[in-house]
Amino acid sequence: MRGGFDMKESVYAVEVHDLTVAYDVKPVLWDIDLEIPSGKLAAVVGPNGAGKTTLIKAMLGLLKPVSGAVRFGNIPDEKHRKNRIAYVPQSGSVDWDFPATALDVVMMGRYGHLGWFRRPGKIERQMAYDTLEKVGMRDFASRQISQLSGGQQQRVFLARALIQQADIYFMDEPFKGVDAQTEKSIVRLLKELKRQGKTVIVVHHDLQTVADYFDWVTLINLRVVANGPVEAVFHEKNLSMAYGGRGLLLKGVV
Amino acid sequence: MEHFFMLLQDYTFQTVALGSALLGIISGVLGSFAVLKKQSLLGDGVSHAALPGVVMAFLLTGSKNTEVLLLGALLTGLAATFLILSIVRNTRLKFDSALALVMSVFFGLGMVLLTYSQKVPNANQAGLKRFIYGQASTLLERDVLLMAGCGVVLLGLVIVFWKEFKLFSFDPEFAETIGFQTKWLNALLSTLIVIAIIIGLQTVGVVLMSAMLITPAVAARQWSNRLWVMVLLASIFGAVSGVAGTFFSSVYTNLPTGPVIVVCITIIAVISLLFAPERGIMLQIHRRHKNQVRFGVERRKI
Repeated sequence: MRGGFDMKESVYAVEVHDLTVAYDVKPVLWDIDLEIPSGKLAAVVGPNGAGKTTLIKAMLGLLKPVSGAVRFGNIPDEKHRKNRIAYVPQSGSVDWDFPATALDVVMMGRYGHLGWFRRPGKIERQMAYDTLEKVGMRDFASRQISQLSGGQQQRVFLARALIQQADIYFMDEPFKGVDAQTEKSIVRLLKELKRQGKTVIVVHHDLQTVADYFDWVTLINLRVVANGPVEAVFHEKNLSMAYGGRGLLLKGVV
Repeated sequence: MEHFFMLLQDYTFQTVALGSALLGIISGVLGSFAVLKKQSLLGDGVSHAALPGVVMAFLLTGSKNTEVLLLGALLTGLAATFLILSIVRNTRLKFDSALALVMSVFFGLGMVLLTYSQKVPNANQAGLKRFIYGQASTLLERDVLLMAGCGVVLLGLVIVFWKEFKLFSFDPEFAETIGFQTKWLNALLSTLIVIAIIIGLQTVGVVLMSAMLITPAVAARQWSNRLWVMVLLASIFGAVSGVAGTFFSSVYTNLPTGPVIVVCITIIAVISLLFAPERGIMLQIHRRHKNQVRFGVERRKI
């Protein structure tokens, strides 16, 4: 992937070319081409089973695509990638009964920087406390993770990504099942990340909030239906193409 | 009482007790990771799959040495592990079906080979049957030294890879995204677990070994929310039941050591499941009852 890669500053945080992913013989993503510019808050939107999670997992290299390539504009090669990309998985993807505290989990976000064998120490501990403070969870640092609410668990996962100090953040449905207060604080964090010039790519399912929270949207359903600035591509016509035209999807927004 | 002290000074007792304690420590530590990785049942699969390895090692080399037989066990144990994991990865079968399939095929093969091997001269003296139910009393000093050597290497590796194993057991996908090759971590951790199972075979046997792996960890999880405390407790529980099991089976003659060790660790687990603070069943029942009473009172007020 390094070969033929243009070293000059790219305006794109992520470029995906001809990406096809299949489980067994059934394609889940078909010939995806898209670019997401740096510094955007981008939503990945589509119906259930459209391949949203698959898309970001393939971007992260967690799934091996049948064909195609993913490039991160300003990250030269895979060795540098690990500390510049942060991933917030769906919170249901792990067993929260694991014997760990909120602080332990957040510190895991520094493991990539530490590399093999080096143990986290005082610096990492302090960073973890500070990051928990940022997501409003400082008081829960020593709480066993199973004793946190769904929203609090989500914020612990966000803190684990924030502490990585990455350039590009991938989040898989961070708003799923969270309370209004957590939703607000996640939105505040997203805007803060944008202010710092980071790129955030979020799998999102609530169409009503797309225009409020994001400035870039990628509509997918097996293929890319639309990819562009929210005001340009997030309209009823594209939505009905993505969702199969089952009546009006937006309640008078846009 | 005099009898008691004589027993403690008895050389055979010391050897067997030390071996069982070592086994308890090793299986407690690695069993903790097996439980947290949701691969408790893998222990059962591996230990059953070890039987054909033991018999084949004997048939091929004619040796009765524990090292040789366990090396055979290790090979088929590892083969079964990777077979199970690759069936899960490459087919639609789920982990439990893949496990049941591989485990019964390997164990069946082991039984067939065992019956066949009885016709080979010298086979009865080889004591292959001790690997089915275990026979701790056959532990020799060199067997214990072998266990100690393996134990030092296994525990050393767990300490060296502590951070990686912790991360990998909790969230393997995240581990992959931050640059840890989880394929290798998984292979390493699974291999360590398999070795831990194999070195217990002579003591508790293929049928009961998974209890030795899982039960200390399950008991320990009840008492702590910290990984290192859980692992430490599991090794202590394992060691204590190893020594206690050896003791009781020596006091009451004709009690087999391996099964008594398993009974001891099971008692610890039952106590832990019932009475541990926070996670104990008794406390939960008590809490529910208290709430019912309180709600009842409030409803009556209304």
